[in-house]
Amino acid sequence: MSPSNRPRRRASDVRSLDGLLASREIVIACGPGGVGKTTTAAAAAAMAAVRLGGKVLVLTVDPARRLADALGLEGIGNAERRVPTEAFTEAGVKPMGELWAAMLDTKESWDALIRMHAPDTRTREEILANPLYRNISGRFVQSHDYIAMERLFEIHGEGTYDLIVVDTPPTRNALDFLDAPERMADFFSSRLLRWLIVPYRSRLVNLASRPFYQVADRILGTQFLSDIAEFFILFQSMYDGFVKRARAVSRLLADRRTSFFVVSTLEMVPLREAEFFAQALTERRLHLGAIVLNKVLPAYLRDPQAAKVAEAMAERAEDLAGSLAPKLAEGTDPAQVRRVLAEVGQSYLDYRVVAQREAEQQTELAAVPDTLVSVPYFETDVYDLAGLLRLGERLWGEQGD
Amino acid sequence: MVDLLDRRLVFVTGKGGVGKTTVASALALHAAEHGRRTLLCEVDAKGDVGAYFEAGPTAFTPRELMPGLWAMSMDTEASLREYLKLNLRVPVVGRIGPLAKAFDFVATAAPGVREILTVGKLCFEVRERHYDLVVVDASATGHIVGQLAAPQAINELVRVGLIRSQTDWMLDILSDRAQTGLAIVTTPEEMPVNETMELAARVREETTVEVAAVVVNRVLPELFGRGEEAVFEDLRRPAAVATLAGLTGGDPAPVLEAARLAVTLRRTRAGHLERLRQGLHPTVPMLYLPFLFTRAHGLRTVRQIARALGEEMGT
Repeated sequence: MSPSNRPRRRASDVRSLDGLLASREIVIACGPGGVGKTTTAAAAAAMAAVRLGGKVLVLTVDPARRLADALGLEGIGNAERRVPTEAFTEAGVKPMGELWAAMLDTKESWDALIRMHAPDTRTREEILANPLYRNISGRFVQSHDYIAMERLFEIHGEGTYDLIVVDTPPTRNALDFLDAPERMADFFSSRLLRWLIVPYRSRLVNLASRPFYQVADRILGTQFLSDIAEFFILFQSMYDGFVKRARAVSRLLADRRTSFFVVSTLEMVPLREAEFFAQALTERRLHLGAIVLNKVLPAYLRDPQAAKVAEAMAERAEDLAGSLAPKLAEGTDPAQVRRVLAEVGQSYLDYRVVAQREAEQQTELAAVPDTLVSVPYFETDVYDLAGLLRLGERLWGEQGD
Repeated sequence: MVDLLDRRLVFVTGKGGVGKTTVASALALHAAEHGRRTLLCEVDAKGDVGAYFEAGPTAFTPRELMPGLWAMSMDTEASLREYLKLNLRVPVVGRIGPLAKAFDFVATAAPGVREILTVGKLCFEVRERHYDLVVVDASATGHIVGQLAAPQAINELVRVGLIRSQTDWMLDILSDRAQTGLAIVTTPEEMPVNETMELAARVREETTVEVAAVVVNRVLPELFGRGEEAVFEDLRRPAAVATLAGLTGGDPAPVLEAARLAVTLRRTRAGHLERLRQGLHPTVPMLYLPFLFTRAHGLRTVRQIARALGEEMGT
C-alpha cells in the first residue's frame, strides 16, 4: 500500500504500548543498533509486570552492564531469573505481577539444542567436539539470529510466562533473524549439502572426476573438505528434527499471538533502516504492532517565540547583559553574563536545527502502524529499575517528570 | 604510533549508529585531499557511501568519486571470482556450474570464508600498491574481530591448499603496524563506550592488528565553564527571567530549559568520555569530533567531519 492511500496517523493519535503488551504473548523489539532497543524492551516488560500483572519475561541479548545488574543478570548463562520484589520496592512501586529476565547465551543454547536433537550419545559428543561446530556455534553470525528465535520458541512452548518481550540481536541486516529459521531449514535440506556429503559416505565415488571437488580441493585442501563433510554427516542425523523445529519457529513468529515493535531514533540513518524493517514485516504478513521513537528532542525547541528570544540573546547579549545587571547577584562580571547569554541563545538555535530536522523526519515516516510512541530524550542513562519504569511510563503514554 | 594517513590500510569500525560510515568517508576524503590515492571500501554494503558522497551506488569495481578518491563496495562472490581468475590457471570457473550456490554453501558451512575473501581483497589492493591508502568502512564492533582474525583462523583450520598459501602474506600486511591500523568510532554514550573498551581489549588479544585511534564522534560543545554556571543559575531566577522576557518580547523559559538540557547531556557524556580515557591503553590516541547541528546529511557533513578530523590529526 502506498503511503498516500492509507489514513495517516500522527504521534498524538495513539501513543501507548499497553494495548499491545496486554493482548499478545510474544512482543519482539527490533530495529537498528544503537537506538536503545534493549532498554526499551526491558522497560516495556517491567511496565507490563507492574501494570498488567502475570509473569513477564524479558529475553535480552546484550544489555549494558549496569542494566544487566539491575535486572539481576550479573552472571552469564541462560537461566531465567526473577527480578526481586525488593528492587520494585526500592523503585517505589508494588508490581501486580512478576518480572523475569534472561540473557541469551548463544553457545549454551546451541549445545542445548544439540543435546535435544542428537539421536545418540556418540553423535552428540562428536558434534560437540567438532571444531567446525564450535566455530559455528560460537562465531557464526547467523547462528545468533537463529538461536534467539529458537530459544524464544522453547520458552514460549513451556507456557510459563504470560508475556515474553524479546530484544533481538544486532544484525548486519535487520531481516536476518526473521529469515534465520527458514534459512536454517533450507540449509539442512539443500540438495547441494546432500550432494557434497555423498562421496564421503561412499568412498567408491572418484572425487577427482567432479570439477567442483577439483576446485574446492585446490582452494580449501582435502582435510578441510572432509572436516566439513564429517560435520554435516553428523548433523544429518538431526536433520528432521531441525527442519521441523525451524518451521515451527517460523510459524510462531507469524502467529496472531506474536507482535513486533520497531525501535528507532529520528536520526536519518537509523530511521531509514527502521522504515525498511517496518515495511519488511508488513510484506511478510508479520504483525507490526508499534513504532517506538527514542531520544526525541523536546517540542519546546521548535517554539517560534522562543527562537526569537534565543536570537535576541545571541545577537544582543551585550545590551541585555547591561540591563540585567541589577537583577543579578552583586559583583557579577558583566562579561560573563554576556558570554552566558550568547552561549545559551546560540545553543537553543543549534538544537532547534536538529529538532526541526527530526520533526520533519517523523512526519515523513512512511509505514506508520496503529501505534507510534515518542519517548523524550532522557537526560541521564537508564540503568536501574526506577529508570526503566520512568521510560516505561512514557511507553504507556504517561507524562513523566 | 603511526599517523592514520601514513598507513596503507585502515579499518574503521564502531557500534551501530555511532557514525562509522561518516567517519570512514571523512577519513578517505581527507586523505584524498592530502594527495593520497585513496580507496574507500564499504564492507557491509548498504549503499551509504554513495549517498554520503551524493554520487550514486558503488560496486565491486572501484569508481573515482572525486579526484584521488575511489569507492567500492565489497562483494565476496565477486572477490572469489577475481581470486579464481588470478590464481587458477585452468579455466574451471565456467565448469563448476552454479558458482554462487556452491560458494554460498561453502561460506555458510565454513565460517571465515566470507571474511577471508573480504580481508583478502583489501590486502591484495594494498600489496599491489594500486592505492596509497585503503580505508575500510568495516563491519560493526560485533563482527570486526572475526574479520581481522580470519586469516589466522583459516590458517588453523585449513592446513594445506591454495587458501593456506595465501593467508601468510595477508597476515604479514595485517600485523605490520606501519601499514595497517584499526580506528574505532564511538560516541560518548554508555554502550558505545563499553563496546569500544571491550573491542580494544579483544583486538589486542585476538588479532595482530593495532588499534591506531579511537574516534569519539558527536562530542557536544561545552556551553560555559563551572565558573559561569553560577551566572546561568542566576539568570534562571524569576526576577532575571521576567526582565529578560521584557527585553526580548518573549518567554525565555524554553531557551533556558534547553540550555539546562544541553549542559546535562554534555555532563553525562563527559563522564563516559572520562571512563573511556581511563579504560583505554594510554598509547591509543583519541580524536574528538564535534556534534554537528546541521540540517541534513550528505557531502557537506562529510566535508565538515573531514576538516575536524584533519585538525585533530594535525594534518
